[in-house]
Order: sequence, then C-alpha cells, then structure tokens
Amino acid sequence: MQAQSSIKSDAHLPAQWHPALFDYLLRLGDDSLILGQRLTEWCGHAPALEVDLSLANIGLDLIGQATLFLELAGEVEGKGRNGDRLAFHRDVLAFRNCLLVEQPNGDFAQTMARQLLFSTYSHALFEGLCQSAEPRIAEIAAKAVKEVRYHAELAADWVIRLGDGTEDSSTRMIDGLDWHWRFVEELFEVDALEQPLVEAGIAVDRTQLRAAFDTRIAAVLTEATLPLPVYPRGIKGGRTGHHSEHLGHLLAVMQYLPRSYPDAVW
Amino acid sequence: MYTTELGKPDAKAPVAIGGEDPALVAAFEARVAADEFIEPKDWMPEAYRRTLVRQISQHAHSEIVGMLPEGNWLTRAPSLRRKAVLLAKVQDEGGHGLYLYCAAETLGTSRDEMIDALHSGKAKYSTIFNYPTLTWADIGAIGWLVDGAAIMNQVPLQRTSYGPYARAMVRVCKEESFHQRQGYEIMMALAGGTPDQKAMAQDALNRWWWPSIMMFGPPDDNSPNSAQSMRWRIKRDTNDELRQKFVDVTVPQAEYIGLTVPDPDLVWNADKGGYDFGAIDWEEFYAVVRGEGPVAKERMKARRDAWDEGAWVREAASAYEATRAARRAA
Ligand SMILES: [Fe+2]
Ligand SMILES: [Fe+2]
Repeated sequence: MQAQSSIKSDAHLPAQWHPALFDYLLRLGDDSLILGQRLTEWCGHAPALEVDLSLANIGLDLIGQATLFLELAGEVEGKGRNGDRLAFHRDVLAFRNCLLVEQPNGDFAQTMARQLLFSTYSHALFEGLCQSAEPRIAEIAAKAVKEVRYHAELAADWVIRLGDGTEDSSTRMIDGLDWHWRFVEELFEVDALEQPLVEAGIAVDRTQLRAAFDTRIAAVLTEATLPLPVYPRGIKGGRTGHHSEHLGHLLAVMQYLPRSYPDAVW
Repeated sequence: MYTTELGKPDAKAPVAIGGEDPALVAAFEARVAADEFIEPKDWMPEAYRRTLVRQISQHAHSEIVGMLPEGNWLTRAPSLRRKAVLLAKVQDEGGHGLYLYCAAETLGTSRDEMIDALHSGKAKYSTIFNYPTLTWADIGAIGWLVDGAAIMNQVPLQRTSYGPYARAMVRVCKEESFHQRQGYEIMMALAGGTPDQKAMAQDALNRWWWPSIMMFGPPDDNSPNSAQSMRWRIKRDTNDELRQKFVDVTVPQAEYIGLTVPDPDLVWNADKGGYDFGAIDWEEFYAVVRGEGPVAKERMKARRDAWDEGAWVREAASAYEATRAARRAA
C-alpha cells in the first residue's frame, strides 16, 4: 500500500467516506489534544522535578499527535480548516474527545489514574491503527504507538508505586481510579458512525480491545495492591459532543487568544 | 543574571580561609590560572567551594522558578505549534535545573538542602522571574531578552574553572539558542501582525527591557565578589562587559522588527563601537533582590505549594523503594 499525499487521489477512500473519517480523526485528535492540554497545567507544579519533566514529555507527545490528526482531519474535510482552526475555533459541542481526558487533574494520583486508563487503551488502539487501510492514519499510529507505550508504562509504574507506597498514597490512588472508572466504558464503544469505518478496515473495532485492557489493568492494580474499581454504569457522550462541565472551562482558557483576536496570525 | 552574586556577600570568604595549607592554595590557584578544570575530588579552598555552591544552586533555582512565568502561558499558547515549542522550552529549563542541581551536589550539598534554602528565602534566584507575564508577547520577550541575556552569561561559563559546572553549561548552551530564537520569532510575528499585536509586543519590550539589562547584576564598581570570582575563573567577564554586549546585540534586533527600545538616552557611540544607554534604576534592582519584586510572593508560594503538596508522592515513592529493597534482601 503506497502512501497518498492527497485524499483526492486516494483510491482507498472515495468521497462518501469523508464525513465519517473526518469525525473519526477528530475523535483521535481531540483525545490527544485535550489530555495534552490538561498535562500542561502541571508544568512547574509537579511533586518533583523529574515528574515535571516526564509530564511535559507526555504532554509534548500528545500535542504532537493532536497536530497530526487534526491537520489530517482538516485535509479530509476539505473546507480549508487546518489543525489550529479546528483546535481553537470549535465550541464544546463540536469536540469529539472522550470524557476521560477532559477530567480535571486533581492530585497526582488522579492524574496518574487517568493516564494509566487512557494510555493503556490508546496503546491498544494505535497498535491496531498501524494496520489501518487509510495509510496516513497508519503512519501517524506507527509513530504514536511507541510514545503511548512509554506513557502507559510510566503511568503503571506510578500507580504501582503510589498504590503500594503509604496508606495515604494508596487511599488517594483508590480515589483517583474511582473518579475515572465511570468513563472507561465510553472508550470501547463503536457507534453507527464508526461501524462502517471498522468494516472498511480504516478504524479499529474498539470493542475488541476491552479484554486485553481489562487484563492489563487488573495486572497493574494487583501489583499495586489496589482493588479493581466497580461502577455500575458508564457515563458517555463525548464522542457526540455531549461533554462534562469541565470541557467548556478548558476550552475557554485554551482558545482565548485566537478567539479574542480572530484576524491575528501568531 | 542567573549567576549574579545576589546573596549577602559572605563575610567568611577571604581568598583563603585561615588554616588552609598555603602550598595547597598556591597549587590550586596555579591550576586555575592555567585554565585547568577543577574536579570534585580535587582539593579546593573552602571559600571557592562555598561560592560555587551558592552560584550553581542559585542558577538551578533560577531555571526552576523560571518555569513559572512561561508556564503561566502554556495553557493559552495561541497555536498548536507555539504550544509545543513553549512546552519543549519550559521542559528544557527544568532539565537545566536538574543538570545544575547535580553539578552542585558534586560539591557536597544535597538537592534537598538547596531546595530548602530556596523555600526558606535564604537562597536567591534571578530577579527577572519576579516580573509577571501579562500577555502572550511576554513569552516572546522572555525568550528573546531573558534567554538572550542568559546566553551572554552562559557561553563564557562553558570555560568556568569547575569541571562539572562547565560541562553542565555546555549542555545548557546547546539549548539556549533555540530558546532565544523561539522568543524572537514570537516577537517578530507580533510586531508584523495586527495593530493590537504590535502594541502587545511593544508593551512587553517596554516592561522587560530594563529588568533584562539589570539581570547582569550591579555595575562593576559595586560588585563586591566579582574580582574574586574572576580570579578563580568562576566568572570570566564582568557584569558591565556582558551588559554592554547584550545591548549591542539586542538593539538592532529590536529595530529590525520595528520595535523601540524604551530608553531615550540610547545612542550609538562610534568611538567605543557600542551603544551608550541610560541610567539603570538600581533602587529597583536591589528591591527585587530583597524579595520585593512584583510577583516575588506568588513565585515563592507556587514553588513551596508544589513542594508541600507533592510531599506525599515523594514519601510514597521512598516507602515503595524501601519495601522493594527489603523484599529483595529477604
Ligand atoms: Fe535555561
Ligand atoms: Fe532557556
């Protein structure tokens, strides 16, 4: 399969795919963007200098991934919007990230709980996307999968350390996981929009990723001497633009300059 | 500067402390004069060691506190590229802090002790970081002016007499020119942008110019420890020499992007081949050194809060390490 530089000449993707593919790319790009944005909030305030550096590192990778996915989304959409336009000039309802990534940082345990859940899921997803029938997605995934593997390992290390550290850290870790567990189900949902993309081999069937995710998380939590969280019902809505209350505030901060000076180039 | 002598002059710092073997002192001075590097295991005068710990730890603290004014704009960087570049830059500064703490630790002071000294107000950090970042243009001004000034100061430090410090500076300097460029690039975009953007850029230059040239520290005739540091090759240029160099390089850069340096007395002096510039408000400089900078309290509070709120994480990490070590031993 050869890499295609322009969607118009891409034999794999006739025009009828574009709206769904556009949305799918927003889901991928927005996940990375919003989590990257959250991590930048830590900068200069982490529990130790080394932690500050690794959080910045993860943030950088995520913003890089977001840039690639959103640029590609803009290209696929074909309406002249680039990555920046998409990142800074959409409102809440047009964002397609999962609810997990927009959750507030909380304390360091809560941040690491979110990172473990997201990166473990995202690693499996990108592994699958390396085989995407859309070569440009496969290309981004091939780069991102290595980064995300490292994020997942780093988060697992911290969850284990904090879970098996002191009584205080263990309690905080339990609370952190409890906060985020209700948003896990959404990660593995395939809706009507994604289904055809899955069938065409462009998207990954997220439902197939759940079992490996559960096994991995259970292994980490066992080593961390932490109980597996239980939550009766998953909370969803991010993929269709119905977010938590937190996202609006995040966007207000992130988008303030381009929105205040719409004619400016930075 | 990050390394300007800001602490109280050390009353106990004569050339050689009484009781030190004059032969050792003489041999040390000869090595320094011959531009040899002094290494951690080498004998050194106590005053040299003390001066270095103070200077290197102050430099490290400056890198760490310096993450705050720029961190203030990370969440609001106006494009994906600017956000990534700024994040990489701030991460570099954290890395600089880390190299420098390691270099200082080779002199027998632990990182925790140095951090305690910062949090208790005993150790200083560069005055420049006690000024607020009010607009995005301040991020441009910091990269352009503050990192630009840091380069002036740090390039000669690559040849400073203490080996670990010199080697840390080599790594640091590799990254600084990227920092300066990203800042200047932000300023260039703003200065060539909309009237609002240009006004923002000029305002930032107006506010950061004087504090930036103050960074080089007091004038040479009022810089008590300078001569000693020069003799020991801890320092290789005087404050005024570096300041002049900075002004000469920076003024044409401002002109090139159409910004005005806020100094009515600034004039090219063909005889000396450099600019003459107006009087610096040293009152303000010393007030900021004393901890009276506009956001000094905010900066110190942010550092102390981060440290205190992270205590449970550091405790958990060491408890975990201890358990593992015990398990391995069992
Ligand atoms: Fe630095
Ligand atoms: Fe720098």
